[in-house]
Amino acid sequence: MTTERQVVIVGAGPAGIRATETLVRHGLRPVLVDEAPRSGGQIYRQPPAHFQRSKQTLYGRDAARAAALHDTMAGLLPHIQYFSDTLAWNAEGGQLDLLHPLQPQQRQSVTQPYTQLILSTGATDRVLPFPGWTLPGVFTLGGAQVALKYQGCAIGHRVVFVGSGPLLYLVAYQYAKAGASVAAVLDTAALADQVAALPSLMAAPGLLARGMHYVAWLRAHGVPLHGGIQPLQVLGDDRVSAVRWRDDRGEHTLACDAIGLGHALRSETQLPDILGCRFEFDALQRAWLPVRDAAGRSSVPGVYLAGDGAGILGAPAAEWAGERAALALLADTGHRLTPADTARVAQLERRLARAQRFRRGLERAFPFPTAWAAQASDELLVCRCESLTAGELRATARATGTTEINRLKALTRVGMGRCQGRMCAVAATEILAQCTGQPLSAVGRLRGQAPVKPIPFAAARPLAPEPPP
Amino acid sequence: MSQPAAKQGLFQRLAETRREPLSFTLDGRELQALAGDTVMTAVLSQSAQLRLAEFSGEPRAGFCLMGACQDCWMQTESGERLRACTTFLVAGMRLCSQPGVPHDN
Repeated sequence: MTTERQVVIVGAGPAGIRATETLVRHGLRPVLVDEAPRSGGQIYRQPPAHFQRSKQTLYGRDAARAAALHDTMAGLLPHIQYFSDTLAWNAEGGQLDLLHPLQPQQRQSVTQPYTQLILSTGATDRVLPFPGWTLPGVFTLGGAQVALKYQGCAIGHRVVFVGSGPLLYLVAYQYAKAGASVAAVLDTAALADQVAALPSLMAAPGLLARGMHYVAWLRAHGVPLHGGIQPLQVLGDDRVSAVRWRDDRGEHTLACDAIGLGHALRSETQLPDILGCRFEFDALQRAWLPVRDAAGRSSVPGVYLAGDGAGILGAPAAEWAGERAALALLADTGHRLTPADTARVAQLERRLARAQRFRRGLERAFPFPTAWAAQASDELLVCRCESLTAGELRATARATGTTEINRLKALTRVGMGRCQGRMCAVAATEILAQCTGQPLSAVGRLRGQAPVKPIPFAAARPLAPEPPP
Repeated sequence: MSQPAAKQGLFQRLAETRREPLSFTLDGRELQALAGDTVMTAVLSQSAQLRLAEFSGEPRAGFCLMGACQDCWMQTESGERLRACTTFLVAGMRLCSQPGVPHDN
């Protein structure tokens, strides 16, 4: 492990790899830290090395992009220090704390100083719970995709996909193509939403065509697609046996043994938070996000943000944002940019602006179900770590006059469990805003805390020097 | 409409099934899985739970599969804790889905 100060990139997905590539092209030898055993991020996640499916089978229409990114990473290896299987669990005072595997089964924390940081920490599913969502057999949409891509498994034998967003149809399509039985796709958005969004979705006609292809393919293969639905309940005693929902024709129940659940994505913002980056409320994404300029500079000098970790824009945009942030870092640290670099900067910023327009279209096509909190019953379990219901959150907020989410956390432990709010913060803030009659922006955001994920207590000690023999 | 049999696992293997078999135990039971399986895949391809929730005692089987939700932590018989979705199965692992419950069957 190096103790030299280097540029450090956190996250080896599309943004992190392109950022690293750009720095290497300009003569730097950065450090790239990634939690996964192999690079690619979630979207281009690679199965274990001895698995045999082709990239075409794994990534479908994204196969060329995935292959290009994996090839780039392979070419970078001689020029960088790459720490896979490594969690950046804290950042302060110009250094990261890394939980690094010294040997299999033995992890130890080491400190990694940095000169500048590029954070490309990615995203996880944004989940709106409904009764029964903790039953075995309910997984996130992204999780359903990981099971297939990474392990060659479906999450069940008869799967229903519930929620909204482009990933809903993509995962359903990937499952059906791989031979899984997809019993239905239940979308909280209505067809009218998608029609209304068409003009803005034309900002990325290729992605639009692809999304329409997935829907058409599912229809052609007899997969029932229901829009404008409200999920009511997952049924089952100790595992999923059926799902119940409501639409304008009434209530419906469908037998299934697994559910993929997700309403688009949420950014992993803990590290920028710990570093003191300024956050602003983003009305489009209904989330507090670290502020970044068009180039990816955060409010903290030397800290750059790229990819879905600082606001959801999708994988192609993450590649552009990674490259753009690296070019900003180079310019800010006195590296001479070539005229080609300068032209590239303008091109990347145009592409990112277009991606923003497409993103606005997606929000219109798959709008957040704003009635969710009002519809959530008091019995609904919101926090799966600490076992807290919507009713307990509402009662505490009312009894104590609590209007802010960190105060509610202190009083109830919501967001204090092992997931640190990754799974419940969206739901808990929506519930707090609803029951106090405030706009969502007014209830604030759960503050990030180190360690950003659970780590063994023994591993958190700094690595002691080797004792003399 | 086919109901899954009570003993059936949650996960269904669709591909990559010609891998080397590995043996492990779950709650004392000898089971087989495949090299390259995560602990989660090894368990959920033949069982419907990984653990019991601390507060409700209800069965849980993980949720996010990407190391974020922390709802798939299991224990080994020696008390070591591991996150099932990000830990690869190693031959001979002795896993418990119900820590503290004796299982000398």
